[in-house]
Amino acid sequence: MILAIVRTSILALLRDRGALALNFILPLALFSIFALVFGGRRDSTPRVKVLVVNQDTSAFSQRIVTGMKQAGSLDVRTRPDSINGSAQPEYTIATATAGVREGTAPVAVVIPPGLGDPGVEPLAGSAGHGEIRLLEDISDPVAPSVVSGTLKIVTMRAVLEDRTDRLRDVPDAAQHRPETPAETPRLADEGIAVVANNVVGENKRNPLISFYAAGIGVLFLLFSASGTSAALIEESDNGTLDRILSSRVAMTSLLLGKLTYNSMLAFVQLVLMFIWGWAVFKVDLWTHIPGFVVMGITTAVTVAAFGLFLASLCRTRAQLGAFSYLIILAMSSVGGSMFPRYLMPAAMQKAGLLTINAWAIEGFTKVFWRDEQIIQLWPEVSVLLAAAVCFLVVARVAVRRWEAV
Amino acid sequence: MTLQTIDTFQTQSPCPSLVKSPPPLRVQSLVKRFGQTLALDGVTLELKNGESLGLLGPNGAGKSTLIRSIAGRVTPDSGTISVFGSPPNSEAARDALGWIPQDLALYSSLTCRENLQTFGRYNGLRGALLREAVDRCLHWTNLADRADEITRNLSGGMKRRLNMAVGIIHRPRMVLMDEPTVGVDPQSRNHIFEMIDRLKQEGMSLIYTTHYVEEAERLCDRIAIVDHGNIIAEGTRDELVRRTFGPRSELIAGFARADQNATFWVEDRGGQMIDGTARFKIDHPGEVANLLNASTLAGMEISDLTLRRPDLESVFLELTGRELRD
Repeated sequence: MILAIVRTSILALLRDRGALALNFILPLALFSIFALVFGGRRDSTPRVKVLVVNQDTSAFSQRIVTGMKQAGSLDVRTRPDSINGSAQPEYTIATATAGVREGTAPVAVVIPPGLGDPGVEPLAGSAGHGEIRLLEDISDPVAPSVVSGTLKIVTMRAVLEDRTDRLRDVPDAAQHRPETPAETPRLADEGIAVVANNVVGENKRNPLISFYAAGIGVLFLLFSASGTSAALIEESDNGTLDRILSSRVAMTSLLLGKLTYNSMLAFVQLVLMFIWGWAVFKVDLWTHIPGFVVMGITTAVTVAAFGLFLASLCRTRAQLGAFSYLIILAMSSVGGSMFPRYLMPAAMQKAGLLTINAWAIEGFTKVFWRDEQIIQLWPEVSVLLAAAVCFLVVARVAVRRWEAV
Repeated sequence: MTLQTIDTFQTQSPCPSLVKSPPPLRVQSLVKRFGQTLALDGVTLELKNGESLGLLGPNGAGKSTLIRSIAGRVTPDSGTISVFGSPPNSEAARDALGWIPQDLALYSSLTCRENLQTFGRYNGLRGALLREAVDRCLHWTNLADRADEITRNLSGGMKRRLNMAVGIIHRPRMVLMDEPTVGVDPQSRNHIFEMIDRLKQEGMSLIYTTHYVEEAERLCDRIAIVDHGNIIAEGTRDELVRRTFGPRSELIAGFARADQNATFWVEDRGGQMIDGTARFKIDHPGEVANLLNASTLAGMEISDLTLRRPDLESVFLELTGRELRD
């Protein structure tokens, strides 16, 4: 009897492709994706992009910059990327600050003028003249630490090299005893003072909550949109779709109706999530209403279109369940809903740009973290709406199979 | 159960200038294949104004495919369909046509009223027209007192009635009914019959598919027998019987042992052995005595004997060699 039950269950499983995919292919696929995103590839340590403003002209500061460039953990930029082949001027404090605020890099390093002068004592703990400043965006909690740590090693090495050079230049160096610190800057140094300045979201009460609200919000919006779009398959299964399409409702109207409803639902979900974020986690919602509305509506329309796209490609609810589970979890992990993209390998960060999550999170980050104007949201809004149109067009073509057989 | 009075389902009466207007339905040489299966094999039929036409055939005969083609839900490979002179997917045809599918195509989480309102809106009804249509349908189905009941909580018969009401919410001039009594108890079936009678009285043209002879005989003015994707005979009940059997009667005989010898013996005398029962066409009652004598002489023990006028079941059996419910 038990064998008969097992046999029946196996037969049912073998005939349900959705369940088969859910049981066997999905775990492998998710395992691979998570291994790529979080796992231990040899070259997986992401290089932190850092903007360098070198206001000093000494060999000492050049050593620091060179050392940073040679450090495997940093991607050092001393000037913005060329525009139409013409090289841009080197970063200044103003352009580097703007770069950090716009998200070009999470950190900028400012080497002050005179750091390498013989009379400067750049000992740890000193302030003002002689200290290296970090301009940080603390929405990335890792990058400033990586830069700061690397900078300490690099400056220490620069100090030692500088000391060696000076000793080499002084005859009978072993017998020479410095009289004053002015004669031997840096020789007794244990490090250069590194002072951090947060240049983005200085007044934010809870800096990362809006990021998580967007990240988790988009993840669940995608699942929710997939679930509500499943109504299309249900209507096909129970004959309601046939009945609707035999009335005055055409398939395009039906899809647009579903898109509108799913978008409204998604937007309400986002509103609830951010209101909760405001009430419980002090997300500064009310001063960002216009940007939130723009990004909220854009995101809602895109996830709604994506849900319809998924539903249109699947023949059964089981298929849709397995397929959407796989795609949404993959998109969310690569796109930064579960794990910040800046901590991923460069290739995965680029792959993330193919996901709704990455663009939506970037848009919300611009609104809530960088306080950018609505006009600055045009890349995210354009990409998301273009994606929505593509999803909708594919869905429209795919649902032709339901129009008439 | 009695039906409450309803305002009217009356379709607009043809005025003299429309006397020569196209018939409600004209189907010509309709062919439809699904892969290797030939679902419709050159079906041709016509429905007159106010007529109810029964499509009688076993499961898989092609009835539903024909109905779905007329409703615009199946695209035929060849042939033409005209609904009041318009192609099936045209707006004019959609407005003129009501479709009651075999499946319960309802939103189970909505109430009766909400389902009617929903499909009324899908069919272009708004405001007072919609409210009037919903009330009319609730009374027609005798569901007025259950109007605000969630559909999934209704009995099977009630769901069937609501399924029918949704199909005619927009006052179509012709209704396609695809086995609307599937799975209902006799009481609900009678209720549905009364609802259909009411539509007929109001002059609505109907196409009714079924594999129940009694339903076709009870409800339809004309019957088309469908088998293997084609209409193999068409006419009123009496016409079909007369055309198939002439003045002859049908003798049905059951054998104590319906073995191969019995089959040979029946076929030798011009009869048919189907499912252990012999069927003979006889011109006059005297032949019954001859058959009984012959069976006694051949050692065949007849356990049961019926002499009757043939019905549609007999016609179908005679034309296809199969039972309607095979």
